[in-house]
Amino acid sequence: METNGKSEHMYTLILENKKYTKMKNRKFIYLKNSFILGLLFLATISCEREISDEAAFATLPSTGEIFVDGFTGGLDYFPFEGSYFGAFTVDKETKYNGSAAMRFDVPNVGDPSGAYAGAIFRTVTGHDLSGYDALTFWAKGTQAGTINEIGFGQDFGENEFLVTTDLQLTTNWRKYVIPIPDAYKLTAERGLFWYAEGPENGKGYTFWIDDLKFEKLGNIAQPRPTIFNGDNVVLNTFTGVMVPITGLGQTFNLGSGIDKKVVPAPGYFKFKSSDTSVATVSENGFISILSEGTAVITASIGGVAATGSITVKVSGNFQLAPIPTRAPSDVTSIYSDSYTNVPVDFFNGYWEPYQTTQSAEFVIGGNRMLNYTNFNFVGNQFANPTVDASQKSNMHVNMYIPNSVPANMDFLITVVDFGADKAQGGGDDTREQIFFDKAKWVPNTWITLEFPITLANKNNIGQIIYENINFSSLDNFYLDNIYFYRQ
Amino acid sequence: MNRKGNSVFGFPGLALLVLFTVVTSCSSDEKQTVANFKELVMQDEFDTDGAPNSAIWGYDLGTGADGWGNNELQFYTNRTENVKVENGYLLITAKKESYSGSSYTSARLTTKGLFEQAYGRFEARIRLPYGQGIWPAFWLLGANIDEVGWPKCGEIDIMEYRGQEPTKVLGTVHGPGYFGATSISKSYSLVNDRFDTDFHIFGIEWGPEYINYYVDDVLYNQITPASVNGEWVFDHPFYIIINLAVGGNFVGAPNSGTVFPQTMLVDYVRVYKNN
Repeated sequence: METNGKSEHMYTLILENKKYTKMKNRKFIYLKNSFILGLLFLATISCEREISDEAAFATLPSTGEIFVDGFTGGLDYFPFEGSYFGAFTVDKETKYNGSAAMRFDVPNVGDPSGAYAGAIFRTVTGHDLSGYDALTFWAKGTQAGTINEIGFGQDFGENEFLVTTDLQLTTNWRKYVIPIPDAYKLTAERGLFWYAEGPENGKGYTFWIDDLKFEKLGNIAQPRPTIFNGDNVVLNTFTGVMVPITGLGQTFNLGSGIDKKVVPAPGYFKFKSSDTSVATVSENGFISILSEGTAVITASIGGVAATGSITVKVSGNFQLAPIPTRAPSDVTSIYSDSYTNVPVDFFNGYWEPYQTTQSAEFVIGGNRMLNYTNFNFVGNQFANPTVDASQKSNMHVNMYIPNSVPANMDFLITVVDFGADKAQGGGDDTREQIFFDKAKWVPNTWITLEFPITLANKNNIGQIIYENINFSSLDNFYLDNIYFYRQ
Repeated sequence: MNRKGNSVFGFPGLALLVLFTVVTSCSSDEKQTVANFKELVMQDEFDTDGAPNSAIWGYDLGTGADGWGNNELQFYTNRTENVKVENGYLLITAKKESYSGSSYTSARLTTKGLFEQAYGRFEARIRLPYGQGIWPAFWLLGANIDEVGWPKCGEIDIMEYRGQEPTKVLGTVHGPGYFGATSISKSYSLVNDRFDTDFHIFGIEWGPEYINYYVDDVLYNQITPASVNGEWVFDHPFYIIINLAVGGNFVGAPNSGTVFPQTMLVDYVRVYKNN
């Protein structure tokens, strides 16, 4: 019965009513109804195994074993919100080695119990993993598939040392190696393992993982870190802007001779600014633009210089869009810091195949705006639900074109009402096109575009489309305060 | 310790674990003797920066016939970019560049006509490069090659390595009746280590009727006349070759993941007499 007690400690479905930080729209869910099941489950494992004694061995905070034939102690299981909570079980039939393996059941598309499988496995206390160089395990699937995201370092806290990669499953047991970007950082890590995997071609399937542990393999070498995917990026920007450092990677050559790339969290990197009076970088990988001038930001992991850089060219202060003064009761807002906005499906649909427009949210001193670059056309969609503008006479948007207004500037805004079916298409969509006089725009200045909504039916507005017409070469602009209003 | 362990954990696995520890510690007590020949006759410690010592090293240049017989892809030069001595090391660097009709350049050093010897201990301390299609080698060719041809002259490959297998090296002999695919070869792999992260010693001890192969302090093979399916052709002087090939039948071509340039670092080459 000592065994039982230990097992409970070793593996508990912990109930917490905290809300955890979102990670890619997933968050920890309070498992209200799982507690009893969880205990039952525990009892079942503990009766059939002797291995829990081994768990007592592994009370060292530097233990690398996570699941060999059972969990090694103090490990909590948290499925992601929206995932199938029952995805993970311990399987005693199918296993690579020993008496049990971890089994993951990925649901079919449309499964009411969850859209995908995904969870974190977190220890109660931090582990010192600095003596290891990789997370390793054996795995196989009922079919070949790609596990979309798998790694470690996700703790539903700051995820400071998160590592994400993908892997190709086969139907045979194979050993997988996920290298640690810089093990010296992992002196108190709680997030020992996490994964997220959706259906393959619409179909659910099952995969198994066994002998999951951190190891010192000694044959992981040739680290090649990157920022901005190895590109040297130039950014014209303004004082007060926060710029995230993206395209993070760390590639190792494994003992097998195969290169393996992982995506490390910014916490693994050391960032350097060539001029800290112009720009500084925080530990979580955000560049703060401080003053006019030029600074080059570079990075390294464990003393190895990353390829890729960003040169920020700062041309002083950026003017913010005028702050709207209309009463909230007169406004239905799509995008503004001054109003409560309606739910928006996207600010850029990345419509294939012709759209080139890239987009980013641009923040200055807490004031957000949309920035579209490499522009040809782009749409904002808000169809869940559609907007009833029957009581709103006009639309408002602020627009800013940096540097210069192209000589051939010709800009069209289209407002689309999705009709009674409240969905795009279906034969009942209606459109209003608004053309503007080029003289309206002044470079480096927020201008205000206001126009009446003349659509006969405007109670199911679902899209606003912005586009270059007649070969207009507008490339880069900002939008803010997109809203419908009553005059 | 055993007793304490049992009382605390009461776990049958522990006994096994202890047993295992004892066994391994026994075997590690046995120190292998890999080298017996102590009389140094030639050494290059690569202590003088610049071009390698021309009294010891010459070059094979160009592409040879059919990529040195192996469809290798590099053009060998003696330019500083491909071969130099710096900070106590010989650096042979393979570059990806268009050069005289080839897509890669590198270097191949040889002691032909400068240092040739039958028997003895030949060793070099090398840090190897890595990547698909990278093929460094430290090897010997029979000095009578121009009279009798290959493979009758004999070839002793002290170390060959495929950049895509960074934990494994091969030691091989070629001779009449046993060459290419039928050569006599054995590989040696590192456990929990690899050859491109630090220096390792690659050597042979060669006497009449035997060639012993070692890496660091591990003797991993012995080849004798009984090992070969043909005439034993290892009783005459041989010369040394150190080269870094790119592509070729043994390794295949580099791919998009191969990082260039790749450099092979040689800390020293030492040759001892057979006595």
